[in-house]
Amino acid sequence: MKSTQGDTGASALKSEAMDVDVVLDCHAEQIFYGDFLAVRNSKIPIRKNTITGLIGPSGCGKSTVLKSINRMNDLIRGFRFEGKVHFHGMNIYDRKVDPVSVRRNIGMVFQQPNPFSMSIYENVAFGLRLNHFKGDMDAKVEKALQRAALWDEVKNKLKNNGLSLSGGQQQRLCIARAIATEPQVLLMDEPCSALDPIATRQIEELMIELKKRFSVAIVTHNMHQAARVADHTAFFSVDITKGGRTGYLVEMQPTIKLFENPQENLTKEYLRGDFS
Amino acid sequence: MSYGKTVDEQLQLPRLERQPFEPRALKSIILSTITVSAAVIACIPLFSVLIMLFYRGGKRLSLELFYTLPPTAFEIGGGFANAILGTIFMVGIAACISVPFGILAAIYLAELGHYSKLAQVARISAKTMTGLPSILAGVFTYAAVVLITGSYSAWAGGIALSLLMIPVVMLTAEEAIKMVPRSMKEAAYGMGCTPTQAMWKVILPVAMPGIITGVILAVARAAGETAPLLFTALFSEYWLNPTGPTASLAVLIYNYSGMPFENQIEIAWAASLVLVLMVFILNIIGRVLGRGNRI
Repeated sequence: MKSTQGDTGASALKSEAMDVDVVLDCHAEQIFYGDFLAVRNSKIPIRKNTITGLIGPSGCGKSTVLKSINRMNDLIRGFRFEGKVHFHGMNIYDRKVDPVSVRRNIGMVFQQPNPFSMSIYENVAFGLRLNHFKGDMDAKVEKALQRAALWDEVKNKLKNNGLSLSGGQQQRLCIARAIATEPQVLLMDEPCSALDPIATRQIEELMIELKKRFSVAIVTHNMHQAARVADHTAFFSVDITKGGRTGYLVEMQPTIKLFENPQENLTKEYLRGDFS
Repeated sequence: MSYGKTVDEQLQLPRLERQPFEPRALKSIILSTITVSAAVIACIPLFSVLIMLFYRGGKRLSLELFYTLPPTAFEIGGGFANAILGTIFMVGIAACISVPFGILAAIYLAELGHYSKLAQVARISAKTMTGLPSILAGVFTYAAVVLITGSYSAWAGGIALSLLMIPVVMLTAEEAIKMVPRSMKEAAYGMGCTPTQAMWKVILPVAMPGIITGVILAVARAAGETAPLLFTALFSEYWLNPTGPTASLAVLIYNYSGMPFENQIEIAWAASLVLVLMVFILNIIGRVLGRGNRI
């Protein structure tokens, strides 16, 4: 954070030094769906124990970038990623990398709460069982539910179906499920957009708690949410000049700086509410 | 609000009361009546069949039917225990063949090769097969199994029935798998499931009620089929022998209803009632299972 003060030359040097903190470095040169160029030239470093927010108008490719980070987009026909995502010294788009193991190490929480149709306990234990975890499953499940701030509400009904919970509880269950395997990076794709304000507030508080252990990247359509929770914020916009709708990164700054002193005119206009 | 006029007088209020004799209302009444009577008429055949069966077959209904062999020409009493066993056995064989086949094919159609040429061809073939006259399944199996093995048999009957069941199981299972919410599949892959794990641990358990419904409806259909069995299992008046001609309720009804003996005709009526009740109960079980666990 401190490196961004000071003049440009020095900050370039310091940002090199800051790369020590970067656990995952996503550099999307071009992302295609079939012939459609969805995103170009976007570089999103995710730093250790921070929350990285991705904001921008709809259709700007922020979700596409996020879902590229754990190769979820591989499931979409015609998806093609050009660029690199560095994680643990590997490019996860390398031919040698198995997308399944990538997804086991980079957790994901989706826009719609999507617990499995099984008990609350089994939902949380799911990832552990996939990884052949042999140990105290009960303790792991309890810990994950506690970290997701859900334990007190469900400790007496762990056998109930996960789908019987309220929307906000379901989303926290999904968070518990994602963090049970202790992934280093947790991706959240508009995790609050289907929730009411109270549940949203709970999830936001939870995110700030979670960053002590995990590195979080969150896509949000709500820039105030980014302002509240994110340490760094990336602003995306859409380029419609060449007939297509191509998203790209306009700027990425520490959140305070982006909101108080944006460098780009486009960012200023967006933050002022000139377009959304 | 000026000078003594009420609000009503000042404003022209829209008329909100019902106007039953306006053309629009009349048309609505007439159309509703027509649709309701069409629905009632659609129920008449089933209920008249049921009433008839209870009337003609009900009086002969007794426990004896379920444990004795069919009577010979002038014998009194008797039952159709062998036919019930035969029907269950052959439908069981058909289910053992068609359920694994149908579900595995459905997994391919719904998930793995959804858009592939092979899937499209398989889907069209299955849809055509659901409309296949059942007698053709019998003739085909006669040529392919009975002529080769040299005898009518329960196995051949089961194979003929499975030809009718596979497309039904496959298409309903495909539908059930496709009904599993996309978000749940995404969650499975997001957790790091391989496609196989996603299928076994997440998708199939959710789709299972729908798949079971499809299987039961297919079983119910197969249990009532006559034509395929005439060419493959034929009929027998003795206890079940899987490698020889085998009795089934449907063929028993076909054979005995045309006989000149009162006793046999009564047994045919009772067998019809039992068969209809079996199919009816299977249908209800299928519907009930299909209703549970919907997402």
